[in-house]
Amino acid sequence: METPKAIISVKNLVKKYDDFVAVQGLSFDVYEHEIFGLLGPNGAGKTTTLEIIETLRDKTSGEITVDGFSVDKQAQEIKQIIGVQLQAAGYYPNLNLVELIELFAGLYGANIKPMEMLEKVNLQDKAKAKYKALSGGQKQRFSIATTLINQPKIIFLDEPTTGLDPQARRNLWDLITEIRNAGTTVVITTHYMDEAEQLCDRVAFVERGEIIALDTPDNLIDQLVNSGFERKKEVKKANLEDVFINLTGKEWRE
Amino acid sequence: MQKDIQNSNAPSGANGYSNTTATLALAKASFRSIMRSPSAVVFTLAFPLIFILVFGFLGGGGTHIDVGITPGSDVNNPVIGMMEKTGMIRLVKDKTKAEFDKLLEKGNVDAMIDVHRKVNAPAYSVNVVYTSASRDKGGILKSVLNNLFYDKTLKPSVAEIRESTITGREYKTIDFILPGQLGFSLLSTGVFGTAFVFLSLRQTLVIKRFFATPVKRSSIVIGEGIARIGFALIGALFIILLGHFFFGFTLIHGAVTVVNMLLLATLGVIVFMGFGFIISGIAKNESMIPPISNIVTLPQFLLSGTFFSIEAFPNWLQPISRALPLTYLNDAMRKVAFEGLGLWDVKFQIMILLIWGIGIYAVAVKVFKWE
Repeated sequence: METPKAIISVKNLVKKYDDFVAVQGLSFDVYEHEIFGLLGPNGAGKTTTLEIIETLRDKTSGEITVDGFSVDKQAQEIKQIIGVQLQAAGYYPNLNLVELIELFAGLYGANIKPMEMLEKVNLQDKAKAKYKALSGGQKQRFSIATTLINQPKIIFLDEPTTGLDPQARRNLWDLITEIRNAGTTVVITTHYMDEAEQLCDRVAFVERGEIIALDTPDNLIDQLVNSGFERKKEVKKANLEDVFINLTGKEWRE
Repeated sequence: MQKDIQNSNAPSGANGYSNTTATLALAKASFRSIMRSPSAVVFTLAFPLIFILVFGFLGGGGTHIDVGITPGSDVNNPVIGMMEKTGMIRLVKDKTKAEFDKLLEKGNVDAMIDVHRKVNAPAYSVNVVYTSASRDKGGILKSVLNNLFYDKTLKPSVAEIRESTITGREYKTIDFILPGQLGFSLLSTGVFGTAFVFLSLRQTLVIKRFFATPVKRSSIVIGEGIARIGFALIGALFIILLGHFFFGFTLIHGAVTVVNMLLLATLGVIVFMGFGFIISGIAKNESMIPPISNIVTLPQFLLSGTFFSIEAFPNWLQPISRALPLTYLNDAMRKVAFEGLGLWDVKFQIMILLIWGIGIYAVAVKVFKWE
């Protein structure tokens, strides 16, 4: 295996709010063309870390470079090459999807055809619909479409599958994998470990603003098993979600 | 789902980023959004039009003002002659002082006029007494008299006159009501629209998502401003043209007057948007916007000469009226539309609006919140 090239490099990142330390000395690299997962409980500092890398938030100290650009001095350059999906962000009111894509194309200075962008996330039938009228899965797919408008090198997805039904979740995994296969680096946060296991090439566990483990999902599981861990219940070859998918079918319900 | 995710037709070079493109994209999006927002259309167009319709029909036959001539007044003077010529003033003569006092008290006579030739001077001194029983008509009379005193033929004979090109013309209710409604429409659009949009964009993280793109903050504010000004001007043009063609609103220099009014409207809406920025910054949620906005708009609606001339208000209230920005916008609009003055002639009103604008934006910069 060739040595992977780091596209994001975070060194000793610290973020303090008044008397609360949200992030204390995080260091990690994200490699080119991988899906990198930031995992951890709520309030562990995942979103804060992402938003600092996205140049949306100031850091207290530490060094971050994104594709060679420094977040301190080259925020504008970084914004050109990243795509950002925020947790729970809304979109401009009263506009339909095509108009929203046109707006973002203007904001990014990108010359794209809105319908093609919607086709990438399979929302061409909803072109004239308002964002508010979309289902949860459609909303997330649309959010991802807006992150692709500027042909970014990296996209950041903050809990994209929270609240989705199993079909919509699997469908989103396929989409994210395709985006990665097309050459885009993906940084994702999630609460679902099955999702991280299936989707991520490497994951970092964040707890109280620190990284407590960072490796491929396989290696992390092996380490635990080698340490003598055993599940209380014998693992079966399928789980309840497989039953659900098997019974209700793989098609999206939207 | 087997589409080609890599798009090849999107050249977004780091060097080719255009702030203008981003600003215009925002202006377009905002304009579309405003046009589809029922509240914006109602506040900007429907309310003012309803008032104009009501007053337009009320005033359709022309308002009449009954003016008593004080016993002992000089009646063979040009002032009274001109007043008769306007067609809207009915002169009441040949009553005793006591009778007039009663009529005044009841409002059956709207005002009394007393004209005397000044001693040792060719000019006349005109003494007008209004009655609190008929404030609105008193206000109209005041405007009419002001117009008359600017008249060329009266110029040599009345003291304190300024040069003016206006000749006696009918002053209709619509000429008073329409500029006031226009001003109020601009105030509502500027204050409510701006406050709601920026609070909602902030709360739904739309602005945060914008910040993840290379767009500048100034582009967001300017883009939003362009859209709102554009919308307000379309509304203003609609109100002016409807008033002109259906209710005989006076536009002395035609299109030039309309352009001057639209320029004033632009200034007005920019100033009023400042209130909106402030309110969006101090409001914690959407339900706080209407009460705070009403604190700004309602006093101006009532006290800035939207319905009544501010001269009709009691003396203690007038300084408040004269402090409000809408008063000066209304005043400038009426002078431009009815008296045919140019923008330079209303520079005082424009200056007051500018001072308000500077003050408001100084506060807005402090209290406006992006996140």
